[in-house]
Amino acid sequence: MRIVMNDIHKAFGANKVLQGVNFTLEPGEVHALMGENGAGKSTLMNILTGLHKRDQGSITIDGKEVHFKDSKEAEAAGIAFIRQELNIWPEMTVLENLFIGKELRNSFGVLKERKMKTLAKQVFNRLDISIPLDKKAGECSVGEQQMIEISKALMLDAEVIIMDEPTSALADKEIEKLFTVMKELTASGVSLVYISHRMEEIFEICDRITVMRDGVSVATSYIKDTSFEEIVKQMVGRELEDRYPARVPKYGKTVFEVKGLSRKGVFEDISFSVKEGEILGISGLMGAGRTEIMRAIFGLDPYDSGNIVMNGESVTIKSPADAADKRIAFVTEDRKDEGLILDYSIRDNIMLPNLKSFSSYGVIQTKDEKSFVQTMVKRLKVKTESEEKSVGDLSGGNQQKVVLAKWIGKQPKVLIMDEPTRGIDVGAKREIYQLMNELTDRGMAIIMISSDLPEILGMSDRILVIHEGKISGELMRDEATQEKIMTFATGGNEK
Amino acid sequence: MKTNTLTTIWSKFASLLALILLVGVVTVLNPAFLEPANLMNLLRQISINGLIAFGMTFVILTGGIDLSVGSTLALTSALAAGMMVAGVDPILTIFIAVLIGAILGAVNGLFIAKGKMAPFIVTLATMTIYRGLTLLYTEGKPITGFGDSYAFQLFGKGYFLGIPVPAVTMIIVFVVLWFMLHKMSFGRKTYAIGGNEKAALISGIRVDRVKVMIYSISGMMAALAGMILTSRLGSAQPTAGQTYEMDAIAAVVIGGTSLAGGKGRIAGTFIGVLIIGILNNGMNLLGISAFYQQVVKGVVILIAVLLDRKRS
Repeated sequence: MRIVMNDIHKAFGANKVLQGVNFTLEPGEVHALMGENGAGKSTLMNILTGLHKRDQGSITIDGKEVHFKDSKEAEAAGIAFIRQELNIWPEMTVLENLFIGKELRNSFGVLKERKMKTLAKQVFNRLDISIPLDKKAGECSVGEQQMIEISKALMLDAEVIIMDEPTSALADKEIEKLFTVMKELTASGVSLVYISHRMEEIFEICDRITVMRDGVSVATSYIKDTSFEEIVKQMVGRELEDRYPARVPKYGKTVFEVKGLSRKGVFEDISFSVKEGEILGISGLMGAGRTEIMRAIFGLDPYDSGNIVMNGESVTIKSPADAADKRIAFVTEDRKDEGLILDYSIRDNIMLPNLKSFSSYGVIQTKDEKSFVQTMVKRLKVKTESEEKSVGDLSGGNQQKVVLAKWIGKQPKVLIMDEPTRGIDVGAKREIYQLMNELTDRGMAIIMISSDLPEILGMSDRILVIHEGKISGELMRDEATQEKIMTFATGGNEK
Repeated sequence: MKTNTLTTIWSKFASLLALILLVGVVTVLNPAFLEPANLMNLLRQISINGLIAFGMTFVILTGGIDLSVGSTLALTSALAAGMMVAGVDPILTIFIAVLIGAILGAVNGLFIAKGKMAPFIVTLATMTIYRGLTLLYTEGKPITGFGDSYAFQLFGKGYFLGIPVPAVTMIIVFVVLWFMLHKMSFGRKTYAIGGNEKAALISGIRVDRVKVMIYSISGMMAALAGMILTSRLGSAQPTAGQTYEMDAIAAVVIGGTSLAGGKGRIAGTFIGVLIIGILNNGMNLLGISAFYQQVVKGVVILIAVLLDRKRS
């Protein structure tokens, strides 16, 4: 199937989201769609799959003009869209999920269980995956859930599958598996649109790339003819200086220590320390227990034994409120679910951990509040007309800046960041890196969990690698390499 | 806490418009409605539901519900009557009763916050328990014989500058709660819990503590309403306050507060209380049977929620 989208325009009210986008998808190719958040990638794909109507322009499939009224029509034509938020019914089995809404029935309306099982197994065989069909989908890993979605698409005889950030929540092994499946799909003539922020993956798996910026398609090129720098330039419309801004670390005294922290079955004997002005990177595979350790430190989860020491004194942290009182801050990996109240304004969100500092006898000092919020918005360069705007309307990068603003205003001693730049465009990433440098210059200690190896290597002064709930290695900045980290992360070289 | 000012204005406007419309219709059908005597009567009638609904607003803003308010009202009323019969000073009795209400509410809050149980289930259970305790204490009979305290009579039946004392109480409480909700950090925390409890917790808000306080407030409001009722009736009825929780929830919902939590205003609840009150009062004036009144009230709730859906 060959899809040609020509000069697509789309506006939501006065907001012109697409202003002349050209996009061609050849049969059997993996085509990357890249661009900063808000560049219009999702809107373009929503127009292709019938969720939005185009204002102007044409879409042809194999030379024939199409106008899909909804996603069902697009699916019927063989175009499936696997969204970032997977369409999974967690309480239902894998089999039920595969056939949801499309159950096979005999003439009495009774489900043809055996037939469905056979079909499901066929698809799984084709993809060379084995997930028990009677497992609850909610108990499957994100990678497996994605495979369920891909299988669903294949059972619809999809010839085009659009994947929006498919690897953002996958462990490395699962990414490998996904790539194998993708190659298998393209070999059989299926074309894939691959939306991602991860440059390394795009260079590994894609054939062509279309870069979008501000609602316009900037360029389409063959991956083999382009380069990392070239794509970044196209995306941001300017030369990007170093990806990771340089900094000369100035260490102060050890401000935060964890001694022998254990939680049965989750993590064991975790000990480390951080100095003022230091960025400690925490690496490891997904599910190794990195987040769980930080959650326990922050008082969100319990732990069985061990000690948390701040400035040489042992402290008890039983709740996030205790942690915040001790001036520990936690930027969680899931900003939409745990970091922000999406319906509420930027001001309300920034104020969440700062209410106490801005009230006297419980009464909020609105004047001080206002100037504080304005200062934070300016300092973090949150792009918005007003701090009364709800954070749900902001781009991912700006949302993350709000999460940071809310904690930085408290001037924490220790800032824990879990996947601080996940799903954020290149420009905002760099701003966040710069902010991290600025904060450490002022003596803040930062603990950063990241699955992005270049980021870990580029930003950390020291790296701890976690493997199956234990610290499997520690690397200083100048000795660390991707290979060394991966060896520790996969348990290849136990300490 | 809404961000889009236009929707805020519209949502304020909508329930207010409904109120004005209702006043207009009732007045046209029976001009006696606007007579000062009737208006004062109306204010007194709505004060009990008003107090309960104001407390309920906080609960619903956090995404919870309090079904036990009617039983809390009955139990505190019975205990207060018992105390006064035993010779406790009536004014002191009111304070103790409100304190008991706070404790009964805190029990709800503790089960919900610390026990991680659904508010519906917890308050359904305590609704039965508190009612049972009331029946045990009163042996199923009304408690009377405390009616000679002038101060206590004043609380339910008196006037202050021509306004019924219960209405004055309700308005003072409204102002205090409005201030807490919109001007104090307590209110921000209330909204935050309803908006996204996880995010509130991770932001260092002591969610459990705030929830216990909110259910205590709800209990206090029920007890205060119970004192007004006891004073007006001159007796404590073991069956008092049955289905009061429903009128309170209805008022909150009509006032535009979302049952999912996080969105709503206490001023809206006041309008909701007025709408329900005027429906009752107006239909009484027009001689409409109580059976029809129930149907109309139900229809109004449906329409109010439907309009709210359309708005969002």
